[in-house]
Amino acid sequence: MLDTAPAVRAARGRPGRRSSGPARPRRHRPWPYLLIAPTLVVIALLMFWPMIQIAIMSFQKVGNRQLAGAPAESVGTENYRTVLSDELFWQSLRSTVLFAVVAVTLTLVLGTLVGLLLNRLGRRMAALVSAGVMVAWATPPITAAIIFTWLFGTTGGVVNWFLDLLPDALVGGGWLDHNWFATPLRTYTVLTVCVVWQSFPFVAVSVLAGLKSLPGELLEAARVDGASAWRAFWTITFPILRPIFLVLLVLSIIWDFKVFTQLFIMSGMANRDAFNLLLYSYSEAFGGMNAKLGLGSAIAAILTLLLLAVTAVYVRIMVRQGETS
Amino acid sequence: MRRLRAFGLNALGLAVFAVAIFPVVWMVSTAFKPNEEIFSTTPRPLPGDPTLEHFDFVLNSGIAEVSFWTYLRNSALLAIVTVLVSGVLAVLAATAVARFRFRFRTTFLVMLLVVQMVPCEALVLPLFLDLKRLGMIDNLAGLVVVYVGFALPFSIWMLRGFVAAIPRELEEAAAIDGASPVRTFWTVLLPLIAPGLVATSIFSFITAWNEFIFAFTFLDDQDKYTLPVMMQYFFGNASNEWGPIMAASTLLTLPVIAFFLLVQRRMVSGLTTGAVKG
Repeated sequence: MLDTAPAVRAARGRPGRRSSGPARPRRHRPWPYLLIAPTLVVIALLMFWPMIQIAIMSFQKVGNRQLAGAPAESVGTENYRTVLSDELFWQSLRSTVLFAVVAVTLTLVLGTLVGLLLNRLGRRMAALVSAGVMVAWATPPITAAIIFTWLFGTTGGVVNWFLDLLPDALVGGGWLDHNWFATPLRTYTVLTVCVVWQSFPFVAVSVLAGLKSLPGELLEAARVDGASAWRAFWTITFPILRPIFLVLLVLSIIWDFKVFTQLFIMSGMANRDAFNLLLYSYSEAFGGMNAKLGLGSAIAAILTLLLLAVTAVYVRIMVRQGETS
Repeated sequence: MRRLRAFGLNALGLAVFAVAIFPVVWMVSTAFKPNEEIFSTTPRPLPGDPTLEHFDFVLNSGIAEVSFWTYLRNSALLAIVTVLVSGVLAVLAATAVARFRFRFRTTFLVMLLVVQMVPCEALVLPLFLDLKRLGMIDNLAGLVVVYVGFALPFSIWMLRGFVAAIPRELEEAAAIDGASPVRTFWTVLLPLIAPGLVATSIFSFITAWNEFIFAFTFLDDQDKYTLPVMMQYFFGNASNEWGPIMAASTLLTLPVIAFFLLVQRRMVSGLTTGAVKG
């Protein structure tokens, strides 16, 4: 959730060379390699090797017999053909993308507005609001999912009770018995509320940090010239903070593409209509009596490729901004 | 006009505050409500007749055959070992990246960025097979390795800034005074990066404490469950026991939130080092 230092650092321009920065290569030749060696081993074992395995397994049949020790047999591109011709795959892909579009948009808009608000509040009030926002951020995904299931529940759920209180002309009636988990669309509505609630704080904090780094004179000058707040935001604030927004956008897309825990709690593995790609992959691999790890790997490989494409954009931004120097 | 605007902003601030904390407040409040109040058709914000029965049930009767304390111990153990191992490895790598210029340095940094973005959740299938082959299913040590892998890239990125901010002259002075590199590290470098280390430790701790899908997949035996896995199990088997579910959620959530609030300033300043400097 928090792996985001670069997001905010992106606001900074090219860092100047400082005396404490990296220095001459000579002398300590073996040291840097020894120091990064353990990290390399961990990452190779945990990330690269599994990714290679996914690629291999996606061309194999890996089921219960193979799990018991039988050698895996190669099936060529059969897994991919099966997946791509499965209506469930396309539906999961659609759900994944639509959810990401809605959740990312809401997260960014809401987070930016709260960031702008925090910047205008007095010190005490800003501290209070940011502490409250941290509470949402720090809540474990598993409990967040359970709490929202409870809030939107049919027995004693506070959301239905509240909607029922509102005038019928506004929201319609019959809310008390409304089942929020009856259809995929409704489940995704609750999921969106839950995920946005947990992710807008990070955007707010990042935008706030960016705003603090803005030269105040520019906005002051704009105000003197009579620019509206809306106009000042779009002509001054937004262009300067564009790098932050780009990084936040990419990170949010990646995170929302791989939401798992919350959807798993709200909808489970039996409810196939509400799958996203990750849950679909997991369910194919572990869900039934017959493990289909090859099929699950093919779906995971497709998801990974999609995310690597998004990551490539992110890495390009970071490298161009000199973050890796 | 100005007063009015300030008032409006503050009201908006309070509204954001209320929305942000409402779900958690509602969880805690439900945990203290007797069943009649939980399922009442007109919910009230605070328990009218607070009770500890749900906490008592979770802590003493046990949610399954296993005591809550066992789950708590498993989760705490996992999180602490993850913090220690990833902390040590991150300090080493961050020092290398911030202090030496070597071949593949940029490649290494880019790799860390990419690795942070990989859908780790998708790697659960091959990692499950690997651990199974090694006979490490149902083994907390297997999970620690995975959690260290999750926490490392971010920790290195964050610590890198802290190491780079320490003037090189300090180390050179120590060297001139005859201190060995190891001693210099302990007496000069480590105290100065301590704040960064605290922030990354909290991050690693939360990563391990909150993690669900790997723990859920790798652990079979109830004795070995972590708190999130226990929550899922309990939630699935007792969907209408909202009182105990909320009591257990409260016990799982509040320590993390307390931790987070305790260091939030450090955390945010760690996240935003540089951004503020412009």
